[in-house]
Amino acid sequence: MAFRTLRLIRKIQEINKRYSTPHIEMSRAIRISLMALRIYLVLLVTLIVYKFALILS
Amino acid sequence: MNLFSRFYYKFRKYWKAIRLYLVIAGPGLVVMVADNDAGGITTYAATGAKYGYNLIWFLLILIPVAYYVQEMTVRLGAVTKRGHAEAIFDGFGAFWGWFSLIDLMIVDWLTLVTEFIGMTAALLIFGVPAWVTVVAVVALMGTIVLHGRYWTWEKIALLFCALNLIYIPGAFMVHPSVPDILKKGLVPNFPGGFNGELFFFLMANIGTTIAPWMLFFQQSAVVDKGMLEKDIPWGKFDTLLGSTVTVVVAIFIVVLTGTVLKGVDIDSASQAAEQLLKTNHYVGTFMAIGLFDAGLLGAICISLASSWAFGEIFGWAHSLNRNIKEAPWFYACYFFTLITAGLVVLIPGAPLVLITLFVQVIAVTLLPAALVFLILLLNDKKRMGEYCNSPGENLIGGFIVVSIVILSTLYGVSVMFPSLFQ
Repeated sequence: MAFRTLRLIRKIQEINKRYSTPHIEMSRAIRISLMALRIYLVLLVTLIVYKFALILS
Repeated sequence: MNLFSRFYYKFRKYWKAIRLYLVIAGPGLVVMVADNDAGGITTYAATGAKYGYNLIWFLLILIPVAYYVQEMTVRLGAVTKRGHAEAIFDGFGAFWGWFSLIDLMIVDWLTLVTEFIGMTAALLIFGVPAWVTVVAVVALMGTIVLHGRYWTWEKIALLFCALNLIYIPGAFMVHPSVPDILKKGLVPNFPGGFNGELFFFLMANIGTTIAPWMLFFQQSAVVDKGMLEKDIPWGKFDTLLGSTVTVVVAIFIVVLTGTVLKGVDIDSASQAAEQLLKTNHYVGTFMAIGLFDAGLLGAICISLASSWAFGEIFGWAHSLNRNIKEAPWFYACYFFTLITAGLVVLIPGAPLVLITLFVQVIAVTLLPAALVFLILLLNDKKRMGEYCNSPGENLIGGFIVVSIVILSTLYGVSVMFPSLFQ
């Protein structure tokens, strides 16, 4: 079990290394799009967490 | 003689084109018809029961919407030979890649649970216990993927797609008023005025037409099928045909429930089938069979979408052309998602309604990201070359993506906070 977990961690590290550099050309438009996406997701996740907190309470 | 020769030449030309299409047909048609899954059938049945024929015009708008989004995955898959998950990892790095992959896994699994809910509810109408349905579906889906190649799987999936057309004779059997359909359905209108409830229904219809798993599924299917750049026009035609068929089926469901169940509050497609059974036994039976088929088709595609995505990223063999010994992790992932989703339905007192609502909310976190990545990847001139998005395609695609993002977000929020739009 421990060996398998270790192997999985190594595999994930390998994937992270392989895809560490984005290959798409990071133009201004792309940077803005990705930033907008981050903000959107943070807001949405906050809303979902808030809803769950309401359900639990 | 000259006329005969010309006719024969034309016949040969068209027959050759049809044969070529039949070879390439598949991913677009399967993904679009599978989009009419158990959740989709419920949405269309409820729309028809609530608003009659009045929202048919809105469904027609969804043909180009679905086509423009899905045809981009055909180009991306055929040119890069990569699935959507791998394309995101490669294009935007590990952070966005993991986000998409994990989100896809959660959304797919939850959607798969809803497909099982639909299938068990449909067969329960005929007295089949839920556990029998789950075991039979898992066995059937296992047989489909283990006994053959991609080609075999695709043709079986197309057979189930054909069964999705069962709603068409069903709608004819209830004798709808054609002048009424033309008068009320084809002229854009908002029955009862544009209020919160109507807005919710419009958003639900969009939400069922474009789902995140569809992007991942079609692109991976294009790669697994081995489609090349030269096949793109046929892939586009396949997608257009698929989007037309899926909306036509949706319209017939609306016509069916709009004729017989107008004014009845419908919570699920199985409830609609039970109501229809009281008025017309055959139509009710068709509705139940169609619901089971929709759930099965959805399950077939969704479980594969996750397995393909994980295989691409973890570097496992991930093709239906490989057998279980050659691609053990691919099939392990496939059966794991399938069996666990099926088991959830069998747990007594499982929060199935909450899961159904939760799918729509979680999907909203993945859909905008997947669509934005799709547009950005299609603008990568270095990789896409001549298949890059043209300014016109960017304008149409961009407008559709922005609209879907806004409407699906509002839909997700309205599911979480129902009183917000009332």
